[in-house]
Amino acid sequence: MTRIMPRKDVVIVGLGWTGSILAHELTEEGLDVLAIERGPWRDTATDFNIGYMQDELRYAVRRDLFLQPVEEAMTMRNNTSQTALPMRDYGSFLPGNGVGGAGVHWNGHTWRFWDSDFRIASHLAERYGPDKTRELQLQDWGVTGAELEGSYDRFEYLAGISGKAGNIKGQIQPGGNPFEDPRSRDYPLPPLPMTYAPTLFADVTRSMGLHPFPTPAANLSKDYINPLGIAMGQCTMCGFCERFGCANYSKSSAQTTILPVLMRKKNFELRTQSEVLHVDLDASRKNARGVTYVDTSGEEYFQPADMVLLCAYGLHNVRLMLISGIGVPYDPGTGEGTVGRNYCYQTNSGAQVFFDDKNFNPFIAAGALGQTVDDYNGDAFDHGGVDFVGGAGINCIPTNGRPIQTRPTAPGSPRWGSEWKKATVQAYKSTLGFSSQGSSYPIRGNYLDLDPTYKDRFGRPLLRVTFDFPDNDVRMSAWITGKMEEIAKSFGGRQYTASPRKKGWDSVPYQSTHNTGGAIMGADRKTSAINKYLQSWDVPNVFVIGASAFAHNAGKNPTGTVGALAFHAADAIRQQYLRNPGQPLVTA
Amino acid sequence: MRTVKLFFAVLLGTTAAGSVFAGSGTPDDASKIIRGRYQAVLGDCAGCHTKQGGAPFAGGAPLETPFGALVPPNITPDPETGIGTWSEADFFSAMKRGIGHGGKRLYPAMPYPAYTKMHDADISDLWSYIRTIEPVHNAVKANQLPFPFNIRLSMLGWNTINFTEGEFKPDSQKSAEWNRGAYLVQGPGHCVTCHSPKSVLGADETDGALTGASLQGWYAPDISGNSYTGIGGWSDDEVVGYLKTGANNHSIASGPMAEVIENSTSAMKDEDLKAIATYLKSIKSEPAKPAPVKSDDAHFQAGALIYHDTCSACHGGEGQGGRQLFPALAGSPIVQQADAETLIHVVLNGSQAARTATAPTTPAMPSLAWRLNDQQVADVLTYIRNSWGNAAPPVASSKVADQRKP
Repeated sequence: MTRIMPRKDVVIVGLGWTGSILAHELTEEGLDVLAIERGPWRDTATDFNIGYMQDELRYAVRRDLFLQPVEEAMTMRNNTSQTALPMRDYGSFLPGNGVGGAGVHWNGHTWRFWDSDFRIASHLAERYGPDKTRELQLQDWGVTGAELEGSYDRFEYLAGISGKAGNIKGQIQPGGNPFEDPRSRDYPLPPLPMTYAPTLFADVTRSMGLHPFPTPAANLSKDYINPLGIAMGQCTMCGFCERFGCANYSKSSAQTTILPVLMRKKNFELRTQSEVLHVDLDASRKNARGVTYVDTSGEEYFQPADMVLLCAYGLHNVRLMLISGIGVPYDPGTGEGTVGRNYCYQTNSGAQVFFDDKNFNPFIAAGALGQTVDDYNGDAFDHGGVDFVGGAGINCIPTNGRPIQTRPTAPGSPRWGSEWKKATVQAYKSTLGFSSQGSSYPIRGNYLDLDPTYKDRFGRPLLRVTFDFPDNDVRMSAWITGKMEEIAKSFGGRQYTASPRKKGWDSVPYQSTHNTGGAIMGADRKTSAINKYLQSWDVPNVFVIGASAFAHNAGKNPTGTVGALAFHAADAIRQQYLRNPGQPLVTA
Repeated sequence: MRTVKLFFAVLLGTTAAGSVFAGSGTPDDASKIIRGRYQAVLGDCAGCHTKQGGAPFAGGAPLETPFGALVPPNITPDPETGIGTWSEADFFSAMKRGIGHGGKRLYPAMPYPAYTKMHDADISDLWSYIRTIEPVHNAVKANQLPFPFNIRLSMLGWNTINFTEGEFKPDSQKSAEWNRGAYLVQGPGHCVTCHSPKSVLGADETDGALTGASLQGWYAPDISGNSYTGIGGWSDDEVVGYLKTGANNHSIASGPMAEVIENSTSAMKDEDLKAIATYLKSIKSEPAKPAPVKSDDAHFQAGALIYHDTCSACHGGEGQGGRQLFPALAGSPIVQQADAETLIHVVLNGSQAARTATAPTTPAMPSLAWRLNDQQVADVLTYIRNSWGNAAPPVASSKVADQRKP
């Protein structure tokens, strides 16, 4: 027996970064907006309590704030010849849960993708010819960097990002990233004060002719009041960002930048602990009537709405589309269909340098406090002489010195006993780590669909992830890691390690929660699930907002682009869609 | 003779009220109602008579008094459960003398000892506005006091001892701004109701007015011009900023004052807030800064360790706080009140800042009751009250134990 609820103008699935931005923008427009969130309400003082937030066992090891497989699991395999099995625990990536979503427990690296990313297929074909990328399924996003500049700017000012501009309206700025696209103005806050390891990394890379700059951070370098009038505090560099909520109002999230204003609006309502089962379409299959959800009592509700915005985690957005029959599922055999297409990840690698005589005080840290070089990222360098496309940002961002999980030991150290203890005490203070955040490019065989066998607690098929690192990306990682070895040698430490990404994606060890694609944006409805405004080609009163829209993943953390796309979609809805509701914004 | 006079007063009152509505819709009426609406802001009627999430003025949450619970009644014009059958004269009588419709005596939780100072014209405006409120049918049992306090006639005796009827008399020696401030503070704003010490009978003491009082588990602090425990160290703009937004560089409102700011002072005109600042800062009060607790005191030293582990991440290593989010503790008047009741309350229960249009963040302090025992709470407060230039009596763990009781 499904209860029918009073109609709303807009229903939003998931109240994380994108849901909060869209809810704020559309309530400003006067619309009656309801957000339905699967997880619990979460608020700084009560849920990220300063008295116990720095509990590494509870939050980092036991992952208190994350989605648990009992609520929703996924199945995985490396290629279509294998049978996918459910992940019994989330490991390789950790989706969020509850109000604020994964935006609660991120580190805070806040990047802009470049115009050469949004126009990746055209750009690479123009520069290297069509053969260079033949093994990949690269596609333009349907937007340009210039079109998104204002949206990036709004997200950065909403979130109070600390950083140093490298290019303001075409003028290269000393100390910033010279490879970035032109921006209209500097970051709202100056960079965080540097700790020792990134300072040393900057010195070494600069001496090698590279261009280090402070990583743009959502850990605030100063007190800040954002454009909504919401106050945030200066980061205390406690080093509990990733996997933790911030107790000090110092890390940007929906909680610290939007919710205090949004929650007080009379035309906004939030229902937590309520899981959307599917989007309901009418008989034409071209119009969504609303959504069906279930609360913790097991009671089912139908929520009618004029618009449905899928603002859940990217992977969940794709699954909801597949379950609801929005768009045509992607077929890796033919390369046709759109939903599930171009699933990408992140191709990371790491390096460590072990010193005898240095003390980095690793416990003084913030999630994005560090230095980056972008000389080898994206298409910042000539790929004419190499056998791959793409690249990586190389980051020295010692995010934490937490006692359980930050336990570096040099190769050759014993794995247990008193000699291990000696080694870990020595290495804790004196190890410098840095890493590459590598691009992930689409191939025909990497995709998302519904698992034919395994179901969730409501009887819905689980999402199946078919993925392995493409050969192009493995070659990229090997080359980048070679560059990292050159940097590691230049530090002059006692010894170093460097580990490039290898073939054979394993879902167990943590790698990255940057899962992208599956409901990608584009200019052609044959190869994209949503148009350049993130509107479904097939069901125009549905918008799908998140990293699911990425046509590929660049060598950068995705949140800045996710935030920009949320503002981009909100503008399109406010300025165009509402004039002709239910109509496509792009005809193709 | 007295009865006759009252009869005529009622008759005149009724006529006057009738005349207001005879020509409803004239611009004069509209501006009278708008003025009356502002009087409701000044008087913070909603603060007591509107329940959180409830219909405006349809009855409030119970007020816990030392004598028992009183529930603010429904003051919408509903004839059965509100004040729809009241005349303007009844309303005047309630505001000026604490005697409502049908001669029923009000308890002074309704601050008529302050409202009696209001100008008749202001009360008349307020009445006009109250008549326009949406009537809500909501029966409220206002008097939940135990015997003998539940006998309303007992208020006759109370009034004889404690209550002086009479409109505010301006002081011609003082500026118009000072007089406006005094009127707002003593009259409609009824600041004295919370911030003045109470006699054993629950009356506001005339001596030491506005120098602080205990109230429902909080301590309404000294708001005189004393620069140690009062607001003498704050500029006029800082006083205005506090009342307008709930926060300034020195403090962030919490507890009942956060509600007053949300419902009342944040909606006051800037010139009225400035007048309040001028008046409050002119009030002299006694407290002089004592010598601080010595830094070799064992409780002070224990408190220092607790502070740096538990408090400093937000309030700063030197108690300096953080703009709009974390109140400064150094130099804070509320921290140095003779009575640490508010501080204990906040540490044990947490607290959330006022929400105003210009300060929407509503940062909150978490409860630390689960983490700190009575002695630890007392020690950390003793440390905070005696560091960075602060000085105030040490806090006893027995006082914390008393407040921790449910």
